[in-house]
Amino acid sequence: MLEPRFSGDLAQLPTHAFGHRSLTWWGVIAFMVIEGSFFIMAIAAYFFLMNQEGQWPPEPVNPPDLLAGTLFTGLMLLSEIPNTIVKKASESERLATVKLGLLLIVLIGIVLGVLRALEFKSLNVGWTDNPYGSVIWMLLLLHSIHVLTDWVDSVVLAALMFTPQGKSPRRMVDVSENSLYWRFVWLTWLPIYLLIYWLPRWIA
Amino acid sequence: MSDERAPELPRDGGEYVGLRLHETLTRTWSRPPGLWGWLSTTDHKEIGRRYLVTALVFFLLAGVLALMMRVQLARPESGLISADRYNQIFTMHGTTMMFLFAVPVMEAVAIYVVPLMLGTRNIAFPRLNAFSYFVYLAGGVMVWIAFILNVGPDAGWFTYVPLAGPEFSPGKRVDFWAQMVTFTEVAALAVAVELVATILKQRAPGMSLSRMPLFVWAMLVVALMVIFSMPSVALASSMLIADRLVGTQFFNPVERGDPLLWQHLFWFFGHPEVYIIFLPGAGFVSQITETFSRRPVFGYPVMVLSLVTIGLLAFGLWVHHMFTTGLPRVGYSFYTAASMAVSIPAGIQIFCWIATLWSGRPRFEVPLLYVLGFIVTFVIGGLSGVMIASVPLDLQLHDTYFIVAHFHYVLIGGAVFPLLGALTYWFPKITGRLMSETLGRWNFALLFIGLNLTFFPMHYTGIIGMPRRVYTYPEGLGWETLNLLSTAGAFVMAAGVLLFLVNGWMSLRSGKLAGPDPWGAATLEWATTSPPPPYNFPHIPLVTSRSPLWDHPGQLPVLTGLRIEDREYVLTTIIDAQPDMREPSAEPNSWPFLAALATTALFIGSIFTPWAVVWGAIPVAIALIVWFWPGDLAPAPEPVID
Amino acid sequence: MSARGQALLAASVLPLLSGCDGVQSVFGGDGVHGEQFNNLFTLFLWVCGIAYALVILFLAAAILRRRRAGPAEHGKGLARTLAAWLGFIVVGLTMLTVASYLTDRDGAAAATGNLRLQIAVTANQWWWDVEYEDPLPANHVRTANEIHLPVGVPAHIKLESNDVIHSFWIPNLAGKQDIIPGRTNDILILPKKVGVYRGQCAEYCGQQHAHMSLDVIVHPRATFDAWRQRQLAPAPAPANPLTLAGYNYVTSRECSVCHNISGTPASGKVAPDLTHLASRRSIAAGTFPMTRGHLYAWVADPQGPKPGNRMPYVGLETRELHAVVAYLETLK
Ligand code: HEA
Ligand code: HEA
Ligand code: HEC
Ligand code: CUA
Ligand SMILES: [Cu+2]
Repeated sequence: MLEPRFSGDLAQLPTHAFGHRSLTWWGVIAFMVIEGSFFIMAIAAYFFLMNQEGQWPPEPVNPPDLLAGTLFTGLMLLSEIPNTIVKKASESERLATVKLGLLLIVLIGIVLGVLRALEFKSLNVGWTDNPYGSVIWMLLLLHSIHVLTDWVDSVVLAALMFTPQGKSPRRMVDVSENSLYWRFVWLTWLPIYLLIYWLPRWIA
Repeated sequence: MSDERAPELPRDGGEYVGLRLHETLTRTWSRPPGLWGWLSTTDHKEIGRRYLVTALVFFLLAGVLALMMRVQLARPESGLISADRYNQIFTMHGTTMMFLFAVPVMEAVAIYVVPLMLGTRNIAFPRLNAFSYFVYLAGGVMVWIAFILNVGPDAGWFTYVPLAGPEFSPGKRVDFWAQMVTFTEVAALAVAVELVATILKQRAPGMSLSRMPLFVWAMLVVALMVIFSMPSVALASSMLIADRLVGTQFFNPVERGDPLLWQHLFWFFGHPEVYIIFLPGAGFVSQITETFSRRPVFGYPVMVLSLVTIGLLAFGLWVHHMFTTGLPRVGYSFYTAASMAVSIPAGIQIFCWIATLWSGRPRFEVPLLYVLGFIVTFVIGGLSGVMIASVPLDLQLHDTYFIVAHFHYVLIGGAVFPLLGALTYWFPKITGRLMSETLGRWNFALLFIGLNLTFFPMHYTGIIGMPRRVYTYPEGLGWETLNLLSTAGAFVMAAGVLLFLVNGWMSLRSGKLAGPDPWGAATLEWATTSPPPPYNFPHIPLVTSRSPLWDHPGQLPVLTGLRIEDREYVLTTIIDAQPDMREPSAEPNSWPFLAALATTALFIGSIFTPWAVVWGAIPVAIALIVWFWPGDLAPAPEPVID
Repeated sequence: MSARGQALLAASVLPLLSGCDGVQSVFGGDGVHGEQFNNLFTLFLWVCGIAYALVILFLAAAILRRRRAGPAEHGKGLARTLAAWLGFIVVGLTMLTVASYLTDRDGAAAATGNLRLQIAVTANQWWWDVEYEDPLPANHVRTANEIHLPVGVPAHIKLESNDVIHSFWIPNLAGKQDIIPGRTNDILILPKKVGVYRGQCAEYCGQQHAHMSLDVIVHPRATFDAWRQRQLAPAPAPANPLTLAGYNYVTSRECSVCHNISGTPASGKVAPDLTHLASRRSIAAGTFPMTRGHLYAWVADPQGPKPGNRMPYVGLETRELHAVVAYLETLK
């Protein structure tokens, strides 16, 4: 065994920090990159299949109706306001604000869920009809999964805030990372929104 | 708010040194006994060992399949194995070797060794680590049970559509393949995330990126490659399942879906995959060469650069697997050039390893023998790779045994040899005992001869026109003798593998005791006992150079002050590894196991009904929530919000 | 060690010297790309051979060189050697890349001759449907599992698939070209030598991928035209009671549902055309040579020799079997 040569002490180090100093952040970033590659690949598949088709959407399919999707997009963007508030609040460890903000986000999530359900109804094509149908269903489904998971995550965190756990600053780190992930969720939505709702209109 | 020093919390250093410290840390870091404890462990060493054993078992199974193929192909028109069985056998051989052996086994070694090399107490996200193992195990067992029940996949390891589509592969065979992919990708991605986080945040204080061991560099690149490439195949296999189960039209040419989309998505993963298998091998070679030449690897910066370049280039040449599909000619020359460009970093690495031997004082013990075997054989495979990167040559050689020869030279020479060297090298660290030197030399010799005897003739078998994936071939085309040679070689390899097992088994019970550092190596894993205690290091090492154990003979600079009655380790800054934070590490917990069970139910269920995805998601969600629900608050005076 | 280097050279240069070896060898050099391919291959062999020799020599030196005792030296000359090595690799690779680019380009250009033969090959699990197209539908020839080519005439072959991906490959004449359902690929072949060659499906296409080969016969111009004329003729009428019985069976029973025999009621399209079956060299995409015994074996139970193939077990009685085979043998 090697003789230890004592050369310093770590006791004074903090036990939590935000952003890239925290391990959780790296976990979340890594998963965002993974999910991101999923989206990129799905989008690549979209364009690949588009090249195969004569026109897009193929006869006799009409492009999806705009209403539900556009409302969803609007609300998604608006949700960034409470999201930012929660993020800031968590990083300055203002528990009360965090509680309220999370609850609000959970509520918004429910509305988003309803709108998303309507979106599936307004696609005007079934996933079995043709590759076009398959790929836009895939894109929408893929994104819905992310909305759902982050919503569940927010619910859990909101609940946590009302337990003694809420008092641990490390939970504040979790909240801040959750807000970060929410940003990812709506950022990835924007290109998909264009591909599902607008591109078929522009090139049709 | 700051964290004022709290005397009432016991920390290492001060009165907590030596035996007393050992007892407390052991109490804190060991898992509960018994089966339940076994299922709930979060110790990276224990999980790494499981990964390792499982992957090696899959290697043996796939190897046995290889022997069956060789027996069938030994003679023309041989009727030992039916066409249907043979097609399952070669598919399972390739699938098992690539998805269930080669990638997991590299991760296994990394899971065990990397945290030790970095001087930390555990891997990042240890519960995710446990989870990933069970998911991987489930996927492998599932596809093998299917195979034994004669519903094994039979469309080849890259499962081209439309052959694999609903019309031409009815039944469940291909579904099992596709779900096996989902299982293994989930596991591999999880491990990749752990490794990235561990490597970037948990390096011992002072171990700046420029002091990181080359194996760790290799694993960092590999983990990133996994993160960027595996989603592609996971998505593709989901699309395939959707086509087969719920009637989507992604790949159905009749509906203007496109079979080539599958090939692009698969090979965009498939090519990086092969470097995901090779780069850890390169990492092993670097560590072994360094230790046994008794000098740091020559040209460390160029080596790192080469690793990174290979990682980047790997994403730019998947099309070289599709030269015969009739894509626009112009594009091809780009992929040829890109493929060949890989030879530059590869060639540089080869040079640096030899240069290290040259300028060092090499000790030719078994691990180094594997390195020599690696250089001699891998380069052959690499060069045949350069040949098939040329479009006119590949138009002839594609899908012949020349390709089979190429990739076995690179896979076995470039990954399996380094792996066996690494196993011999770290065996004492893992078990506390050394492997037998004599047996080691023998099984190396057998494997080396066997490899060349099996696969060198295949170059020529391919040149004189033998296509791959044929369960039999007619007489009179000049293929008989060459195939017979290959079969003979396969059995020589089998003998070598068998001898390696025997060696491992015997050394396990009666091998020479190793002590902490049997080889006089330079990296941190050798600074702790063999096998290491559950907490890895009594005190966190402080690193001052690239070869910490060679700087201060007999001594190890360390830092004190981590809490020892709770699991805690230190986080450092990304570039220069300054101590930054104390991070608690997850306690043992059986929820990852339960989550894995739930996930397994979901994946397997979805082979039979799409609704499994819906009802299956609920137990998964529950398991995950309970898993992530935090334990008790940190004890005072760790900070709380008032 | 460098013995293996030489082995590498030997193993592959040998056939170059010994010329065309085997009816299914990429070194056949009987197609127009032939010697271009061989030259390119030899170039690669040399560059790679030298690279390998250098690696092995350096390795051997590193192992064998005698060292003074004392601490490890820190390689002064090595950096310069590395630079040189790097230079070598870059030069070598550039050569190879350029060479294969050029070869690829002329390869594409070469086979464009003036008068061309138009052939459409349709791949099926697991047999080849071959049609010689002609402006006059009357001169349109359909056969299976066999291609006849006139020497020195570029043949433009249109490739389509009815089911999965196959790959069209006649090593002695040209490289391979995948056949992808939903797409039409094509390949130009310019045979330079009269001879008999073997092609084989080179993309895994399911259970009988191993039994999907193709006979290729390159004729002098005259004999080719004669062959084509013969193919235009309808099937001969049965000449004796036995063949008549066979005729009646084949044209009125299951067989006719799938197979076509010109000049008879049998007009199925989903199976090999049998009009001139007996003139072909092999049965069931190269599964057997064309002999009476093998015809018996095949018709009696096609699933025996080629399990999984798309021709079902019909279950003729011995009497019928004799008749059917006798009739098939008249289809010259
Ligand atoms: C460990 C895995 C591994 C590695 C490292 C490689 C490395 C390489 N491979 Fe290989 N490859 C596979 C595994 C691997 N391959 C597999 C599994 C398949 C088949 C998949 C399937 O179809 O089933 C395959 C198939 C494959 C193909 C497709 C063939 C076909 O299907 O038609 C091609 C084509 O370009 C190719 C090229 C290369 C090249 C250029 C390299 C280069 O990276 C090699 C670089 C290394 C060297 C060149 C040697 C060292 C360098 C020097 C000594 C310098 C001097 C050299 C020169 C001057 C030339 N590989
Ligand atoms: C890491 C990857 C890897 C490894 C190590 C190997 C190892 C071997 N492979 Fe294979 N191989 C592939 C990856 C690999 N292969 C892939 C990807 C394919 C393509 C599949 C496809 O086309 O889809 C392939 C295809 C392939 C083919 C072509 C099949 C065909 O196209 O029809 C052949 C034929 O000879 C072959 C042979 C061998 C042999 C003889 C070994 C030997 O090295 C094996 C040596 C090991 C053993 C012999 C095991 C010894 C076991 C015992 C001694 C028993 C011990 C007893 C117990 C169980 C306790 N492999
Ligand atoms: C359901 C369709 C079907 C029926 C019915 C059928 N065949 Fe076939 N036949 C095929 C197919 C498909 C092949 C090609 C098999 C292969 O090579 O994979 C074939 C191949 C053959 C061949 C070999 C052709 C060649 O070019 O090699 C002969 C001869 C033959 N059939 C004769 C018969 C006779 C005689 C009958 C009736 C007793 C019959 N077939 C009934 C589908 C059929
Ligand atoms: Cu057709 Cu292989
Ligand atoms: Cu590749």
